[in-house]
Amino acid sequence: MAIPARRRVADIVAFAFASMATAFGLFWLFWILWTTLAQGAAALTPSLFTQMTPPPGSSGGLLNAFYGSGVMILLGLLIGAPVGVAAGTYLAEHGRYTRLAAVVSFINDILLSAPSIVIGLFIYEIIVRTMGHFSGFAGAFALAMILIPIVVRTTEESLRLVPDQMREAGFALGMPRWRVTSQILYRAAKSAILTGILLGVARIAGETAPLLFTALNNQFWSANLNAPMANVPVVIFQYAMSPYDEWHTLAWAGAFVLTAFVLFLNLLVRILARKGSGHE
Amino acid sequence: MNATLAREAVRTGNRKSGAAADRLFHLITAAAACFVLLLLGGAALSMAWGGRLAFETFGARFVTNVDWDVPASQFGALVPIYGTLVTSAIALIIAVPVSIGIALFLTDIAPRWSRGPIAIAIELLAAIPSIIYGMWGLFVFAPFMARHVEPWLSGHLGNAAIIGPLFSGPPIGIGMLTAGIVLGIMVIPFIAAVAREVFNAVPAPLKESAVALGSTRWEILSRVTLPYTRSAIIGAIFLGLGRALGETMAVTFVLGNAHDLSASLLMPSNSIAAAIANEFTEADTDLYRSSLIALAFLLFVVTLIVLTIAKLLLLRINRQLGRTS
Repeated sequence: MAIPARRRVADIVAFAFASMATAFGLFWLFWILWTTLAQGAAALTPSLFTQMTPPPGSSGGLLNAFYGSGVMILLGLLIGAPVGVAAGTYLAEHGRYTRLAAVVSFINDILLSAPSIVIGLFIYEIIVRTMGHFSGFAGAFALAMILIPIVVRTTEESLRLVPDQMREAGFALGMPRWRVTSQILYRAAKSAILTGILLGVARIAGETAPLLFTALNNQFWSANLNAPMANVPVVIFQYAMSPYDEWHTLAWAGAFVLTAFVLFLNLLVRILARKGSGHE
Repeated sequence: MNATLAREAVRTGNRKSGAAADRLFHLITAAAACFVLLLLGGAALSMAWGGRLAFETFGARFVTNVDWDVPASQFGALVPIYGTLVTSAIALIIAVPVSIGIALFLTDIAPRWSRGPIAIAIELLAAIPSIIYGMWGLFVFAPFMARHVEPWLSGHLGNAAIIGPLFSGPPIGIGMLTAGIVLGIMVIPFIAAVAREVFNAVPAPLKESAVALGSTRWEILSRVTLPYTRSAIIGAIFLGLGRALGETMAVTFVLGNAHDLSASLLMPSNSIAAAIANEFTEADTDLYRSSLIALAFLLFVVTLIVLTIAKLLLLRINRQLGRTS
């Protein structure tokens, strides 16, 4: 039975559109990555990792920014990951089917997409204002607040995937609930939970808005968490918005390193997830 | 005899310490869960508290006043609110059809082997930090718009009857149109991921029935898949809207930080998040700072409402799929 031409044409048009939409999406990805690669590779020099951020008009590196970012991400991870895993455990295990867990799960999903700049202002209000100055500690805390909802969500999902037989087997052996969770469920869901934490690290590594009003920036080397601290995203922001060519070059170099780091983590997570699930 | 008693004692002792540890573990995890609630509530309350001075001083005029005059201490939020809404609208106009197209391509058209890699590539769009979008937008995309797209737009559409004012003005590259397009690219992966997931979850018998009745694939999409997944697609659009409204860095780079209200999409403007990012560390008076926090409060409340709607719609489709499949 022949399909009328009008319907056939609609079909072809729709499919051409869908293919073009996909090409359109991929086009931007490659354009952005290509720009970052081309501009960033040209700006990569050894001094990037050995020198401090320079004053306007002279060359330098981003060592203090890399260090500051590293420290704040690590500290954010140390604060955020345990809280996130514990809350995710409550949602999937200890508070399963309770009203509190349902509400928290709902709110957590909303926090996942909430504007990070508001989280930055929140930390400004409660930490920076109370202490009276910007600090690396406030920056780390802001990053932790961004990390928590991500870890909560992935931990909850990972624990839900553990079959109930495992829990029943644990209880049948007379194990108390906390040991079932910590010795059986965490072990079974370990790689999935770690994957979620890695994804969270990738996300907070690129966060700029929450650091603007918490860690601020610091032109000089500073390992003091109680003082303003340099970090890669804010340096990129300030340098890219400046009128100086040397600063633009450094901003591209920082952008390249940041993008490479974030994409590496994302791809690593996907490879790990594929290995863990054992199919596809 | 003694041995069994001792064993019994040890066992009950174990059980007791187990029960105490259980309670402790339960308490810790529950406290962590409550922390998530505190985070949201605390952020909302502290924004309301920090913005109270602006709300008290300006009242409802805060959201209707166009003037953002720092020396005169006059702060009206209409321009940033307008800029936020317009750029988000442009973003959705671009992202919604493209995302649905991508989802369709990935569920029905692409060769099976290529679906995974293409889906990952689209997801990577969401992984790129927003500051990278901003830099690329400022140094590459805005000049491109200024050279190739905007002269054409103002030349061909600038004098058109109704939409003319939207496209008039000098082609400077930085402005609401550029910001909206960048935002659109950024929300594509979020909408596409949800759309793809629900397209895949449409029960096969429904599609097969349509095939048996002689439907083309386009008719299956438009008459079976889309109606069936409608609430989830709308949920995905709200999710994208929530992301677009609150996006900060990318918009800050390409919007121009201008507190002028203009009809033209080619003109620089401001958005709530961009105004906060640009001006907060320079805010030297209490009223200035409070006005920016009041802006953040408005943004937070609106995105929370939008995201709540998104979540409710997405929950609905989950229940529907749970029942039927």
